[in-house]
Amino acid sequence: MAQVSIRKISKVYDGDVQAVKGIDLEIADHEFVVLVGPSGCGKSTTLRMIAGLEEISSGDILIGDRVVNDVPPRNRDIAMVFQNYALYPHLSVFDNMAFGLKLRKFPRAEIKRRVDEAARILDITSLLDRKPKALSGGQRQRVAMGRAIVRNPRVFLFDEPLSNLDAKLRVQMRTEIKLVHQKVNTTTVYVTHDQVEAMTLADRVVVMNQGVIEQVGSPQDLYHHPRTRFVAGFIGSPAMNFLPCRVVQHGDGLAAQVDETIVLPIPAARRNRYMAFKDKAMTVGLRPEHMTEARENPKPGTERFDVRVGVVEPMGMETMVHFMIGRDAMCARIDPDIPAKANEMLKLQADMNNMHLIDPDSGRVV
Amino acid sequence: MSTMPMAVSEPDAAPLRDGSMRRERRWALWGSYIALTVFVFFFLIPPIYTLTSSLKTSAEISSRTGSPWLVQHPVLDNFLELIASPNFRGFFYNSVKVTIVVVVLSMVISILAAFALSRMRFWGSAALATGVFLTYLVPESLLFIPMFQIVGKLGLLNNAWCLVLLYLTLSVPFCTWIMIGYFSSIPKELDEAALIDGATYLQMLVKIFIPVAMPGIIAAMIFAFTVSWGQFLYPLAFLYSSDQMVLTVGIVTELIRGDVFQWGKIMAGSLMAALPPVIIYAFLMDYYISGLTAGATKG
Repeated sequence: MAQVSIRKISKVYDGDVQAVKGIDLEIADHEFVVLVGPSGCGKSTTLRMIAGLEEISSGDILIGDRVVNDVPPRNRDIAMVFQNYALYPHLSVFDNMAFGLKLRKFPRAEIKRRVDEAARILDITSLLDRKPKALSGGQRQRVAMGRAIVRNPRVFLFDEPLSNLDAKLRVQMRTEIKLVHQKVNTTTVYVTHDQVEAMTLADRVVVMNQGVIEQVGSPQDLYHHPRTRFVAGFIGSPAMNFLPCRVVQHGDGLAAQVDETIVLPIPAARRNRYMAFKDKAMTVGLRPEHMTEARENPKPGTERFDVRVGVVEPMGMETMVHFMIGRDAMCARIDPDIPAKANEMLKLQADMNNMHLIDPDSGRVV
Repeated sequence: MSTMPMAVSEPDAAPLRDGSMRRERRWALWGSYIALTVFVFFFLIPPIYTLTSSLKTSAEISSRTGSPWLVQHPVLDNFLELIASPNFRGFFYNSVKVTIVVVVLSMVISILAAFALSRMRFWGSAALATGVFLTYLVPESLLFIPMFQIVGKLGLLNNAWCLVLLYLTLSVPFCTWIMIGYFSSIPKELDEAALIDGATYLQMLVKIFIPVAMPGIIAAMIFAFTVSWGQFLYPLAFLYSSDQMVLTVGIVTELIRGDVFQWGKIMAGSLMAALPPVIIYAFLMDYYISGLTAGATKG
């Protein structure tokens, strides 16, 4: 087990394409860190640099106390699980898992003990004699994880391990990965483009965009306190609503004026913080669960407004309502018992206590 | 009135569509069978004629009575005499030794070259891979004179081992090309997984690439074997004494003296010479086809 330190690392391809732009990250021992972001954000490149599969253009990577910049992958004491499993097609499940141990000249009895132990953890004991082509996607993924576990490495690296699985299996394997981590407790770096995976698995989530780290934090922290518009929009499903508005004087306090009819008062507690942005064009960020049907006895800080319903999506335990404000698509999360119909008017309420105010020029949450 | 034609035509229309599909399929099958029959017939005539002639005595071959396709008095004399002849056994031995060395060397060189060219990205590797293929496109007859000079300088003229050198110029580029295609079809993650598991490049090649690419390797081996076993032009030009001669040229030069053609023996010799490729093809055909298609689509 070991901590991983990433210090000012960059990756430049072919002299001009900068995939990773000098990022810093400290990953603690036993920690489960997820790198998440849209495709091309540099998350996979970062992982591959930790693995030693990509050279580092500048900066340092430390595993434990050792700088591993020029250490070949086999000497870094890491194990990696790939998106397409990368099982050796000509070897049985047992030999796939034993491959790394055999190369390292482990005694036969020790190899068998470790493979059996990993197979038991992953519940693939009955598959040990099979070839990979006789396995389903989920079983292959388990074998790929088994191959990583038997090595008992200092760091686990996962590169989008669930992307090739169907939706149901993905949820199931997600739980199993978390379970395996709780059992073996190895420092883990996990890359995904799926924010749900990131939120559910991670101790800490690292949101990346265009080669830089946007924000690092616990899943709850990122969800409730995003620091940039990118993080606010990326984390959470359905995504946060962004309403372009103007911050105006409203009685004693401030309000976000969205259009002529919709004026959303800003809670008094935030008045001082937002004073500097008075009379400026800003963006209000509000999650769908904070835009609900108008209720009796609204709590302070909520504001009602009318919208014309575009699309209704009943999900069972809740109903998503999509509508337009100006030219911006919005989504509200309402009680499934409320009869909402397309093209009809609906009264909603916005809970401004949970709003975020975003400066559209810098993209930062203020 | 207007509903009548509809009601009548509808039951007709459905079977007609079904029938036309079945009919189309039947026509396609007939067409395939006819084409294949013509094809098989055309290509089987020479070997069948070889077989019948090899079983005849010289007298029967030159006799003008009876059908040339039928054997009146089958004899094995042609075969037995050839097998007993030290010259023929020498040709066979030379062919076998040259072929084995060529196949082994071709595989060693082309597997290593293909692995380097397809996996170890280095400056100029793509240009080099194309260059390998371009050398294959140069017609062999064009290389005669320079080759002759080189072989002469090496003092290998009229030495069966010079064929090893010559055949490698034909087999290595193509085998390398097949292997590049095959290796390229192996997912990149497989070697990355092996690297992380602790393999060196050589271990990766031996433990992962060669077993996974076995169909491609067998295809390349068959190609190298065919080139080496069946080549006629080079031995004809570079060898001239019968102790160094290989089968292809040996049969012709030994059994045709001036204008005397020993047809029976020529045919028997050709049949025996064709036997090893036939056996090898029959056993490895499935590998050969899968190897060629993988190389073709993923090259």
